[in-house]
Amino acid sequence: MKHLDEYRAADLTKPLVEELKNAVSKPLRVMEVCGSHTMAIFRNGLRSVLPDGMELVSGPGCPVCVTSASHMDAFIAMADRPGVRVTIFGDLFRVPGTSASLAQASSRGAKIDIVYSPMDALDLAMRYPGELVVFLGVGFETTTPGIAATILAAYNRAIKNFVVFSTQKTMPAPMEALLSDPNLQIDGLLCPGHVSSIIGAGAWSPMAAKYHLACVVAGFETADLLKSLILLARQIGQNDIKVENAYPRAVSWEGNLRARKMVEEIFEPADMDWRGLGRIPASGLKIRPKYATFDAEVRLDITLPQAEEPKGCMCGYILKGMNNPRECPLFDTRCTPANPVGPCMVSSEGTCAAYHKYGRDI
Amino acid sequence: MCLAIPMRVTRVQGDPDDFTSNQVATVDTDGISKEVRLDIVDQWPSVGDYVIIHAGFAIHSLVEEEALKNIALLRELSENTPEELLS
Ligand code: SF4
Repeated sequence: MKHLDEYRAADLTKPLVEELKNAVSKPLRVMEVCGSHTMAIFRNGLRSVLPDGMELVSGPGCPVCVTSASHMDAFIAMADRPGVRVTIFGDLFRVPGTSASLAQASSRGAKIDIVYSPMDALDLAMRYPGELVVFLGVGFETTTPGIAATILAAYNRAIKNFVVFSTQKTMPAPMEALLSDPNLQIDGLLCPGHVSSIIGAGAWSPMAAKYHLACVVAGFETADLLKSLILLARQIGQNDIKVENAYPRAVSWEGNLRARKMVEEIFEPADMDWRGLGRIPASGLKIRPKYATFDAEVRLDITLPQAEEPKGCMCGYILKGMNNPRECPLFDTRCTPANPVGPCMVSSEGTCAAYHKYGRDI
Repeated sequence: MCLAIPMRVTRVQGDPDDFTSNQVATVDTDGISKEVRLDIVDQWPSVGDYVIIHAGFAIHSLVEEEALKNIALLRELSENTPEELLS
């Protein structure tokens, strides 16, 4: 998009950096919820210009990282079944399960395809009518509507060999689980921009009120992020806590009603397992009984296995903002992007991957 | 995986009120053109609008003025900064 350059121009960002210094009047900890924010913050070098007293911690908004070890094991077991072709977003490929990854399953003969869109998985189902094509639904509100639309397309076209394994998660729920932990001191949230474009900026209001938590919906460019941090610092400095939308070009107060209607048609709330956070009530989505023929868990009769987190991996704590990757003894020793131990090092939005790639000087 | 990229719409097909029609837009960025689904976009786009795309689906459409207005707001915010802090 041609306007993006303007959001990065130094004449715009330099005064914003100064204004941020000005706005921070007392120590504050801000959590960036979204993995794409974590990456954007590192890429733009924002951590190096943060004023004294302002601390940024990463949260549970990397969908691959919060996928539980039991789900990973179930995915891998499913890929090993004859007649099944598993389709995934690329980030999942190398995430270790208890004894293997999907990548290893693929090299021993399991049929696994990396797709860009759930619609590509539906196309594969039409291309391979003799196989059951499973799409692994891993993601938040941004991916769910597209998956819902794909299931509806399969329903309308009466395609019988396409199913979805839904581990779809919903956003404000895990934040509630986190914030009720007294060990985690957070003063403000950088709310995820594109999740909010679906659920609406207004979805954060109950949290702002209940936890007295400053909330600003943020975009992904340098100026967007700086503006959002300024607004957070001002809210906290003036004790005027509320939800502000600093990304109005993509986010409205109500969100995307068309997408939400589509999700509502196909999915219903369900308890969901999160890595590091355990099972959180009504924090996920499963396919409604009307569309059960597209539900992999029903069609393949799957029960989630007991699974162990990789030994020594601190992803669970990193997702909660309790630790940073440098505090993990395996970070950059036994665990690197080439040889990842946990998902936070595999995912392109993972906090460990971000520290590995950009974090040397910080 | 969550990166949603804005791209310019060059062609729109399908009926916004009919989910069974082929709701597809052709988008263009840096000379690469491709098709994206419009099933879940918040507002039906016109040619020349921008759409934010996620995993093959447009999730939000915005007109050029919206993008420009946002830049103006950011400039305003920085203009409120006292002069002495800028040096
Ligand atoms: S560095 Fe590796 S082992 Fe340590 S928390 Fe991150 S992903 Fe887990």
